[in-house]
Amino acid sequence: MIDWAWVGDHLDDLAWRTLQHFLFAAIAVAVGFVLSLGFSIWSLRRPRLRAALVTASGVLYTIPSLALFAALIPVTGLSIVTAEVPLILYTLLIFMRNILAGLDAVAPDVLEAADAMGYSGRARLLRVELPLALPLVIGGVRLASVSTIGLVTVSGILGDRFGGLGFFIFEGYRHSFPTEILFGALPSIALAILVDLALVALQRRLTPWAAAQPAGGRIGPAGAS
Amino acid sequence: MNILTDTLAWLTDPSHWTGPAGIPTRLGEHLALSGVSMAVAIALAIPIGIYIGHTGRYARLVVNSANLWRALPSLALIGIVLPFTSAMDPQLGFKVYPTLVAMVVLAVPPVLVNTQAGIAGVDRDLVEAARAMGMRERQVVRQVELPLALPALDSGIRSGAVQVVATATLGAIFGSGGLGRYLVEGVAQQDDGMTFGGVVLVAALALSVEAGFVLLQRGMKK
Repeated sequence: MIDWAWVGDHLDDLAWRTLQHFLFAAIAVAVGFVLSLGFSIWSLRRPRLRAALVTASGVLYTIPSLALFAALIPVTGLSIVTAEVPLILYTLLIFMRNILAGLDAVAPDVLEAADAMGYSGRARLLRVELPLALPLVIGGVRLASVSTIGLVTVSGILGDRFGGLGFFIFEGYRHSFPTEILFGALPSIALAILVDLALVALQRRLTPWAAAQPAGGRIGPAGAS
Repeated sequence: MNILTDTLAWLTDPSHWTGPAGIPTRLGEHLALSGVSMAVAIALAIPIGIYIGHTGRYARLVVNSANLWRALPSLALIGIVLPFTSAMDPQLGFKVYPTLVAMVVLAVPPVLVNTQAGIAGVDRDLVEAARAMGMRERQVVRQVELPLALPALDSGIRSGAVQVVATATLGAIFGSGGLGRYLVEGVAQQDDGMTFGGVVLVAALALSVEAGFVLLQRGMKK
């Protein structure tokens, strides 16, 4: 069923698309993380704002990915912005839920002790609350990475310059060529697994006191699709 | 502003509301695809979820693998299924089947995990009380655990349904019907009115499915 000659001829293409896939995902996860961290800190002690932000990111998360990519085409054209914005938007719910849950879980006693030691609000956040929230935050990074790597394939709808490994799924379908479809789909899943394993290793290193949390535990639906 | 007028013009054009490529037909296809795969997923996942939730057997194994399973990306999954279905049926195997299979596969884990959690989360004292009253295991499940687990079942079905509606949209890339067709064709033909009209329809459908289940759940909790 697999045409190995095609695979042999396209190793360069596969490598380049894998790199593109990784970069598209990395940009989205990085930008999404910074935005969500900002939103979380800003709304941490403002319950109404917090509810509004979580609801808004939940609504975005519910919109099917194909629609979100398509929605931006009339606005930003077939550009990298159109490819990245939906990816970033889908990470917001995952990150905000995990960051806020991590910050919520810091025990009140710990906060009081920090206050008694003379920490200002900002120092307390940076040196006490965020480090304690780290295991859940990294859990969020894992979930967001796996979900984003899955979604990058859908950006292939924007044309051959996009999609990472998803390009092969689209092109393979156009040519009715199963080998090419498989060599888009399987490596994209392998990439997600590898990145997740790398993040588990990082998690053990950064937070040796916390047992690694399984991905998928914190959020209802795993990935937007 | 052009996009708005184009979209409104496209959505209000009566010719887009009739015929085999009309909005009612595409919506019907979308709902049929989603309904069939949800029905299959529910028929598979709820009995298994009840069993492991009630007995506690294999709970860790099943929940862990279901959580892993949930991380499967939909588009890649359709891509993996496609070569197999097209080998079995060269006509439909390239169109509807891969999407349908992927939809079922993606809908099972949320329903399964939530059913299990709902059943296992029922207060053990209640279950013991039911047994002490002389209920048999089957009655305990039907009359005590299941009614109390309904909100959890509902939220599992909701996650599954939202995922299934999104995956049905992706199916349009692979030539199945549904509202996603307007996105795929609109982008290919650079028809902004059709693209954005499709976006409105798909987003409205996904959000109403989500909202419908939320309301249903509220009703149950009262």
